[in-house]
Amino acid sequence: MEKISILVTSGSREKLQMAGMLASVGAVSGSEVLVFLSMNALAPFVKDHADDVPVEGEIGRLLLDKQAPPFLQLFEQAAELGDARIHPCSMAMDILGVGRDELLPFLGAPLGLTKFLSEAQDAQTWSF
Amino acid sequence: MAERHQIDARGSYCPGPLMELIARIKQAGIGDELEVLSTDKGSANDIPEWVKKVGHEMVDSFQADGVWHVVIRKTK
Repeated sequence: MEKISILVTSGSREKLQMAGMLASVGAVSGSEVLVFLSMNALAPFVKDHADDVPVEGEIGRLLLDKQAPPFLQLFEQAAELGDARIHPCSMAMDILGVGRDELLPFLGAPLGLTKFLSEAQDAQTWSF
Repeated sequence: MAERHQIDARGSYCPGPLMELIARIKQAGIGDELEVLSTDKGSANDIPEWVKKVGHEMVDSFQADGVWHVVIRKTK
């Protein structure tokens, strides 16, 4: 099975949207998808934090006005409808001071960078 | 007996129509047809590509009054 790994470190709405699109479409197209959320990309996955996401420019603003699927929904669909695993970075959790029960429930267990690199071996890898 | 389902995804942007189709196809029976209505031209191109990749069957694809109608048959 084709493997896709997605490293997300940006907290901007545009990059989260693109990462969510890639994760969801990849997962429902038969790929095994691994998403690693680190740095500023983790905070929007803390419960009730998705509204705080900053935009980079015009597209980010328009995403809110148009009927684009919300990025959280795309990640959730990737996990529910396809073969995607979405993991928070354990370091980013420590820095933010959040526990697993404070993260959205479709996220998997915290992952360290070494484990992510190991799992991403031989995968098509994307970063945002 | 095979059924026909219509999915109204008009106004939604990529990959919304495709994801709505996939959510519905899981509940459909083998042989059922699903017709996606979409105003997103990207989805009109992407859905046939997805069908080819995962092995379902394209039945029809046409545009009428600014709306794309993409019809597929569930094969597995």
